[in-house]
Amino acid sequence: MEANSVIGTINKKGQKIVDPEYLFFEAPRQQHFMTGSEVVREAIRRASVDISVAYPITPQSEAAAMVGDLYVEGYVGDYFRGESEFAVMSQCAGASFGGARVFTTTSGPGTLRAYENFPMWAGSRLPILINVMVRGINSPLNIQPDTLELGMILDTGMLIWHAETAQELLDYLLKGYIVAEEPDVHLPIAIVIDGFFVSHTKDMVMIPSADIALPPYNPYRSPVPCMDMEVPPVRMMRDPFVMKSNYISYATHASWQQEIRAAIERSRKHTIRLIGGLIEEENSDAEILIVSSGTAVAQGREAIRLLAEEGIRVGIVKVKTLRPFPHEEIRQATKNAKLIFVPEFNVVGWMAREIKAVIPDNHRVIDGPHVAGGMTMPPEVIVEEIKKVLAGKKEVVHG
Amino acid sequence: MGKEKIKICDEFYDIMPPEYRELVDSATYGKEGRGWKDVGIAKELIEEHSLCAGCPESIAFRYVMACLPNPEDTVMVGSTGCTSLVFPHVAVHNIHSLFGNQNAVASGLKRALAYRFPGKVKDVVVLAGDGATVDIGLDMTLQSWFRQEKFLTICFDNELYANTGGQESGLMQKGFVSKMAPAGKKFDKVRLPEIAEESGCHYVATLTVSKPNRVEKAIRQGILIAREVGPTYIQLYTPCILEIGKQAMEGLQEMRDSEGPNERFAFKEYISEEAKAYLASLEKEKKPAAIPSQA
Ligand SMILES: Cc1ncc(C[n+]2csc(CCOP(=O)(O)OP(=O)(O)O)c2C)c(N)n1
Ligand code: SF4
Repeated sequence: MEANSVIGTINKKGQKIVDPEYLFFEAPRQQHFMTGSEVVREAIRRASVDISVAYPITPQSEAAAMVGDLYVEGYVGDYFRGESEFAVMSQCAGASFGGARVFTTTSGPGTLRAYENFPMWAGSRLPILINVMVRGINSPLNIQPDTLELGMILDTGMLIWHAETAQELLDYLLKGYIVAEEPDVHLPIAIVIDGFFVSHTKDMVMIPSADIALPPYNPYRSPVPCMDMEVPPVRMMRDPFVMKSNYISYATHASWQQEIRAAIERSRKHTIRLIGGLIEEENSDAEILIVSSGTAVAQGREAIRLLAEEGIRVGIVKVKTLRPFPHEEIRQATKNAKLIFVPEFNVVGWMAREIKAVIPDNHRVIDGPHVAGGMTMPPEVIVEEIKKVLAGKKEVVHG
Repeated sequence: MGKEKIKICDEFYDIMPPEYRELVDSATYGKEGRGWKDVGIAKELIEEHSLCAGCPESIAFRYVMACLPNPEDTVMVGSTGCTSLVFPHVAVHNIHSLFGNQNAVASGLKRALAYRFPGKVKDVVVLAGDGATVDIGLDMTLQSWFRQEKFLTICFDNELYANTGGQESGLMQKGFVSKMAPAGKKFDKVRLPEIAEESGCHYVATLTVSKPNRVEKAIRQGILIAREVGPTYIQLYTPCILEIGKQAMEGLQEMRDSEGPNERFAFKEYISEEAKAYLASLEKEKKPAAIPSQA
C-alpha cells in the first residue's frame, strides 16, 4: 500500500516513480546499441537503489565502476569499494539489514570468496540483488567465462535467474527486485549472465526513458524486522539456537530452512507473471531437444538452424530460472523427446544433473557437449554431438 | 523519542512476557545520563545470559548496555563467539551474521541508516571477541577505520577463542600454552590499540571492566565521538575464567591484577585533536543549560 502512495511522485534525481507494471510493460522504449555492462548501468539508473558496494574482478569490474558513476550523478544513494568480496557481501548484508535496497556484482573467484554470505543473506531474508557475471574459478588462472561457479550457488537459498541476452539482463535486473522484495518471497536474488559473452558484447536493447524509476524498497513489508529501531525492540529469543541439544533449536532451524525453500517456490507466481514463464520452448514436440540456460541456448538455436538444413528437426527449451527450478515445466516440455542434449559452459554438467533429477526416463539426457575455461561453444560442436549420438557412434551416458 | 516506542497497548499488558513489561516499566529509554548505576535497579536491556557463571563478559555486557546514550536508536552488531550467546537476550536491535565480518556489516548498516534517516541520530556499536576482531576479521576491522566509518568497535578481549574451547588468538600473550598453540604462543599480543590509533580511530581506550565508572565514560565517549567525528575503538579485558582455570568469583581479581601501571591492561586512552575539540564543544553546550536563570 505504502509503495503505491509514492507512485507519481518525483525522486531526488527528478525521476518520476512509476508502477513497476507500467515500467515493465507499458512505458515507451527506445532502441540502444550497448554492452552488457552499460545495460547494467541503465537498469540501475531506473532501479531506485539505495546502496551499492563494489570490488573489481574481471569481467564485472566495468559494470561495478559504472554504478559508481551513477552514484556521482545522484541516482544511487551511497556507493563504495569494499576490501574483498567477502567484506562486500557483508557490507551489502548490513545495508540490507538496515532497510536499504542493495545492488552488487561479482564474478568467479569473487563469488567463491563471498560464498559464506549467500546462505546468510537467504537465512536473514535479505532481498539483495547481485549480478553474477560468471567466469572461470579454477586453477590455472583464467578470466574467461565458465558457469562452474553457478553450479555451486544453486543451493544457497537465493533466487537465481540466468539471462541469455542484454535485453533479458536489463529486464531481469529490474523485475528481480520486485519479485525478491515480495513479502511472501523476500529473498536474495542472483541475476546471472555469461561474462564477456554478454557483459562485453554490444547488443540491441529496448530501454524505457531515464526519467522514470521503480518505487523505492519498503523495508517494513519484510517478514523479518528491519534493523533500524523504528519498530519496538524486543528481546529476540530467550534461548540461543546454537544450544544444539535443544529440541526447539532443531525444530526452528529445520523449519526455517524449509521456509526459505518454500519462499523460493512461492516466487514462481510473481516470476511467471513478470518474465513470462520459467522456461521458453521452441518446437518442443521434436524428438530431439536442446535444453540449457544462458548463452548456451543462443548457440543451441544456431545449431538447430544448421541441423534443419540437413533435415534433422531439433527443438529447444530455455531454462530462465535456476531457482526456482522449473521441474514441472521441464517435465512437460520434454515428455515427447527421445534425446535431450544439454550443452553447457562448464566441465561438470550441473545443468544436465538438474534435468536428470526431475524427468522420468532420464537416460534420454545426453550430458553435453561441454566447453570450459572461456571457449565459445561453436554451434558446430553441438551439431557434431547430436549427429554422433544419432549415428550410434557415441555411447549414451546413462543417468 | 523514548519509551513511547515500546509502550504496550493496555489490553495486552497482562499477556506480554514479563521481560517486555519490565523493559517498558523500568528501562531507561529516553533518560539523559543513563549509566552503569541503573544496573541492579532495572534489568536494563539484558534479561538473562547464557555465559558461564561468573564470566566477566556478562558484567561487561550489562555495563555496555546500560551506558548506551541512545538505546532507542542504537543497533548492535555482533559476531560468532561467546558474546553471540548473549545477543539473543538483548533488547535493542542486533545483528549476528557471520564470524569476523562484524565491521563490514556495521559499515553497510551505518551507511544505510545515515541514508534513510538523514536528520536522526542512529548509533551503531560493534561488539565482538578478540578472535573475531583481530584474527579472522582483522582486515574488515582495519578497513572500516581506514574508511572512517562512524561507529564504535568494542572488543571483548579474553585473550583466546573461548567459544571453541580455548585456542590461540592474536591477542593471547606470548608464551601462553593453549589448544592449537601446544608449545606456547610464538608471537606477541597484537598491539591493536596502537594500530587503531594509526588507522584513524579518533578515540581508543584499553581497560578492564573492574571499574564501572571508567567503562561508562569510555563507552559514552566512544559512541559520541563515533557519531560525530569518526571511528572509535575500545578494548576491554574480559578474562575467560573457564579457559584460564579460575573460579567463578576470581574474574574481578584477575582484571585487577592485570590493570596495574605496568601490566598489559593498564588504563590507556587516546583522543584525537578533532575528538577533543568535539568533546569540549559538548561540555560548553551543557553549561548554559545547567544555569537555568540565565536562559
Ligand atoms: C568461518 C568460521 N570459522 C570458525 C568458526 C568457529 N568459531 C566459532 S566462535 C570461534 C572463536 C571465537 O573467538 P572470539 O572471537 O575470541 O570470541 P570469544 O568466544 O572468545 O568470546 C570460532 C573459531 C566459525 N563460526 N566460522
Ligand atoms: S567460555 Fe570463557 S568467555 Fe565464554 S562464557 Fe565461559 S568464561 Fe566466559
